Amino acid sequence: MPINYYIFLALALFCIGVAGVLTRRNAIIIFMCVELMLNAVNLLLVAFSKMHQHALALANPQAGIDGQLFVFFIMVVAAAEVSVGLAIIVMMYRNTHSIDVNFLNRLKH
Amino acid sequence: MINLVWLIPVLPLAGFLINGLFRNSLSKGMTSVVGCGVLLASFILSLLIFGEVRQEGFHAVTVTLFDFISVDKLHIPFAFQVDQLSILFLLIITGVGFLIHLYSTAYMHDEAAPHFARYFSYLNLFVFSMLLLVLGANFVILFIGWEGVGLCSYLLIGYWFKNIEYGNAAKKAFIMNRIGDLGFLIAIFWMISQFGSVTFTEVFSGAKGASVGVITGITLLLFVGATGKSAQIPLYTWLPDAMAGPTPVSALIHAATMVTAGIYMIARSNALYSLAPVSQTVVAVIGLATALFAATIALKQNDIKKVLAYSTVSQLGYMFLGLGVGAYTGAVFHVMTHAFFKALLFLGAGSVIHAMGGEQDIRKMGGLRKALPVTSITFFIGCVAIAGIPPFSGFFSKDEILAAAYARSPVYYVIGLFTAMLTAFYMFRLFATTFSGSFRGTHEQEHHLHESPSAMTIPLIVLAILAAVAGFLGIPEALLPNAHVLSHFLSPVLSGEGGEHAAVEMSRGTELGLMALSAGLALIVSFLAWSRFKSKPELAEPSGVGKVLANKWYVDELYNAVIVRPLYGLAKFCTWLEKWIIDGAVNGVGRLVQYGGRQLRLLQSGQVGGYVLLMVIGILALFLVELFVKK
Repeated sequence: MPINYYIFLALALFCIGVAGVLTRRNAIIIFMCVELMLNAVNLLLVAFSKMHQHALALANPQAGIDGQLFVFFIMVVAAAEVSVGLAIIVMMYRNTHSIDVNFLNRLKH
Repeated sequence: MINLVWLIPVLPLAGFLINGLFRNSLSKGMTSVVGCGVLLASFILSLLIFGEVRQEGFHAVTVTLFDFISVDKLHIPFAFQVDQLSILFLLIITGVGFLIHLYSTAYMHDEAAPHFARYFSYLNLFVFSMLLLVLGANFVILFIGWEGVGLCSYLLIGYWFKNIEYGNAAKKAFIMNRIGDLGFLIAIFWMISQFGSVTFTEVFSGAKGASVGVITGITLLLFVGATGKSAQIPLYTWLPDAMAGPTPVSALIHAATMVTAGIYMIARSNALYSLAPVSQTVVAVIGLATALFAATIALKQNDIKKVLAYSTVSQLGYMFLGLGVGAYTGAVFHVMTHAFFKALLFLGAGSVIHAMGGEQDIRKMGGLRKALPVTSITFFIGCVAIAGIPPFSGFFSKDEILAAAYARSPVYYVIGLFTAMLTAFYMFRLFATTFSGSFRGTHEQEHHLHESPSAMTIPLIVLAILAAVAGFLGIPEALLPNAHVLSHFLSPVLSGEGGEHAAVEMSRGTELGLMALSAGLALIVSFLAWSRFKSKPELAEPSGVGKVLANKWYVDELYNAVIVRPLYGLAKFCTWLEKWIIDGAVNGVGRLVQYGGRQLRLLQSGQVGGYVLLMVIGILALFLVELFVKK
C-alpha cells in the first residue's frame, strides 16, 4: 500500500484528537483524544519504519527498526500517563463531583 | 631651620581642625587663643626662616615631603620651595593675617560661640591654603592652595549664610573663580605635556627651548587663572560683591592676600612671561584697563566697603600693569605695601562699621573724627599711603610701576597717572565724607558711637606704622643709589629680562621729574577732594555720567543679560528636555511594560480549553514558520 494512505489516516486521527481536545469538556473524553493523537503518531512511526525497511533491506537489514522501537517507548509512556491522568481525574471528581474541565478555572487565582 | 618650613602651613591647619572639630565645646576665649596663636607661631617661624634667607649667597631650598603623584614618567612631589619671593609672601600672610585674626576676636565678639569658632576655623584654613599656595615648589601644589583659598573665600563670604544675598555673593565669587581656574588647569596640563614636569625650576629651564607660541599660550592661560583670582577684567565683578563677608575677611582675603595670588603666580613664572612679549602686553593692557575702570566706579560708590573693594580691584590692576611691563619687583613691592595699607583701610572701615552698629553707607556717617580718634588717624595714614603721597609707602611702590610703564610706553604712564589721580580723589572723598563734617546718622547711632576696643585698634596702629614706613624698603635708585633693599633681596628670583633694565636706563632727571609730577598731582587732587567734600558731602542721587558710574557701568546687568540669562534659558531648555524627552523615554518603557502586562494578564482565564487552544495555535504557528518562512 502506498505510504500516503497511512499518512492521511494518521493525519485524520490526529486532527480528530486535536478537535476533541479543543471542543469537549468531559475530562475522560479529552483524555481519550490525547491517546488518539499519540496513537496517530505511533501509526505514522510504524508506517515510515516499514517503508524504510523495505527500501533499505538489501544494504542494511537493521534499517528502520528504531521507528518501531520508539513506538514501544511511546506506549510505555502513554500507559504511565494514563495511570497518572486517571488518578488526577478521580481526585478531581472527588473534589468537585464533576469531571467537567470548565470547573477547573480556579487555577487562575 | 628651613627643614621645619612644613610647620608653617601645618600650624594653621591644626588650628582649623581644633576650632572646626571642637567648635561646640570651645569657649570664645579658647577659640581666639588657638586661632591667633597658630598664626603667631607661623609668623615667628617665618621670621626665623627669613633670617636665614636674608643672608648673602642664599640659594633657593626645596623641601620635599613626599611623592604626591607618580605616574609613569611624571613625578609631582609634595615639595615646598623656600626662596626670597616665597618668604616675603610668608611674612606678609602670617604677619598681616595675625593682626587680622587679632582684630577679628573683637570684631566678631557678638557671634555665638560655635559660629565664632566656625569663623576662626575658616580663617585658619584660609591661611593654610594661602601658605600652601606660596610655598609650593610646583604648579600643582600652588593649584591646591589656589583652590583652597577659593573655597575659604566662598565659605567666608557666605559666613552669614542666612542672608540669601550674601549666599548669592558667595556663589558668584566661587563660580567666577572657577572660570579662571579652568584656564589655570589647562595651562598645567599643557605644561605637563610640553615639559613633562610642573616643578618651577624644570618648567622654567624647559621653557627656554620651547616655541614662542606654546609659551604664549601657556602664559595667557595662566593669566586667565590670575584674572579670576585677582579680580581683573572681565572676571572682576565678584570682588565688590565679596564685601558681603565680615569686614576682617574682606581685609585679609579680598584685599591683602588671596587676591594677590594671581600676582604671585605671574611673578613666580616671570621666566615664562619674559619669553612671551604678547602675553606681557595682554597682562599690561588688561591691568591698566582694570585699574582705570575700577577707579572710575569707585568715584561714585557710597558704601564704605564698596569704595575700598573697587580701589582694591584698581590697585590689583596696577600690579598687573607692573607685571606686564616687566617690573616684577615693583609689582611684588606694591603687593606688600598694598597689603599693609589696604588691610589698614578695611580694618579701619570695620572699626567704623562696628561703631555705627552695622551701617555702611557713608552718606549717613560724617564727623566721626571726634568719636573715633585712633581709627580716623590710622585711616588717614592709609588714605595718604594709597593716594601715593610721599613719603608714605604707596608712593614708592606705585612710582616704581609707573616708571617702568613710562619706560615701556608713555601711553601706559599717562593712563596710570590719571588712575593714580582718581585713586587720590576717591580715597579723600571717602575720608572726608566719613570723618569730617557733622554726623548725619540717627540719634541712636550717634549715642552709640565709640572707639573700638584695643584688640581692634592695636592692629590698626601696627598696620598704620607699616603702611607709613614700608616704602623705605624700596627707595628708587634715582633718589638714593643702592637703597632699594627689596629689589636687591628679590633679585635672585625675579631676574626677568626687560622692564627692570629699561627702568634703569632712563635718565635720572626724567625719573625724578616723573616722580615729582605724580607726587604733586596726588597731593593736589587729594587736597581738592578733601576741601570739596569735607563740609558738604555728596548726598544727592547721582545723575548723568555719575549715575552710570554709581551703577558700575552696568557691567553686572550686561553680564546678566549676555551670560546669565542665556544660561538660565539653556538650563530651562535642558530641564524641559530632561523632563519630557529623557524621563519620557524611561518612564514610557516602564509604562509600556505595565500596560502590556495588564493586557496579557487577561489571557490567564483559568479555562483549560483556552490554554489548549492557544497551545495548538502556537504549535500551528511554529509549524507554518517551519514550513514557509524558513529557508
